[in-house]
Amino acid sequence: MTVEIGTELPPLSVRLTRADLVRYAGASLDFNPIHWNEKTAKEVGLPDVIAHGMLTMAVASRIVAEWIGDPGAIVEYGCRFGRPVVVPNDDEGALVEVTAKVTKDLEDGTVKVNINAAFEGKSVLTGAFARVRVS
Amino acid sequence: MPLDPSFIGRSYPPSQPYDVSREKIREFADAIGATSPAYHDAEAAKALGHRDVIAPPTFAIVVSMKTNETVMFDPELKLDYSRVVHGDQNFTHHRPITAGDQLVSVAHIDAITSRMGNDMITVRTEISTVEGEPVTTAKSMLVVRGEDA
Repeated sequence: MTVEIGTELPPLSVRLTRADLVRYAGASLDFNPIHWNEKTAKEVGLPDVIAHGMLTMAVASRIVAEWIGDPGAIVEYGCRFGRPVVVPNDDEGALVEVTAKVTKDLEDGTVKVNINAAFEGKSVLTGAFARVRVS
Repeated sequence: MPLDPSFIGRSYPPSQPYDVSREKIREFADAIGATSPAYHDAEAAKALGHRDVIAPPTFAIVVSMKTNETVMFDPELKLDYSRVVHGDQNFTHHRPITAGDQLVSVAHIDAITSRMGNDMITVRTEISTVEGEPVTTAKSMLVVRGEDA
């Protein structure tokens, strides 16, 4: 597959509700109550329940997996957790908007894809990137 | 009290083997809304050259978090787990985690630093099959918020 540097991946919008957080808690076995219990979240100084950083990271990986077709081509994936995604107790939840762009040919058969995940217009993952095998 | 930097370089005993199942991969993929056929359909995964369904790139956290906890709850390290925040995360996949794998993980403390009253600890978990084939290197940087931070 030939991939041009500067290629923008098809964007992805994902809504995260409290139900999604509970489901991810079960699937990942991360039962930290700040991800489902408002009282605990507020006690530790958060505005409300927040999404697992790992859930946001996992959701953002979909932009690359869906673009490349074979998710096994993702040989490296990393990010810093910059800001929390606050998830209100309603049907709307929180909207996470993911964009990504191929930024570099690493000349070992892989390319670097920079990923941005935004919530309320602000980036929540910092320096998120994937290294993807293209040949 | 800041974390003791003499813990840098410490390694922990290998975990009990973790059996990767198709069902757990499917459950995890569904929980993140991932529809890639390689996560759900063994035939589709085989057509892409995999032995069976493969796991999403962050699935390794299910395996490495347990190992991280052995570090976090090491009584000698004296870390206040209630003050821990996930700072950053990186996965390097030597090959995708695949249904049927039996994975063993070993945690290493790579770094301990302090900044503005917070401690930062980097735990590297080397995940391999019980046969010794390297599968994933997972690095977690955890921030232990200081009392006044």
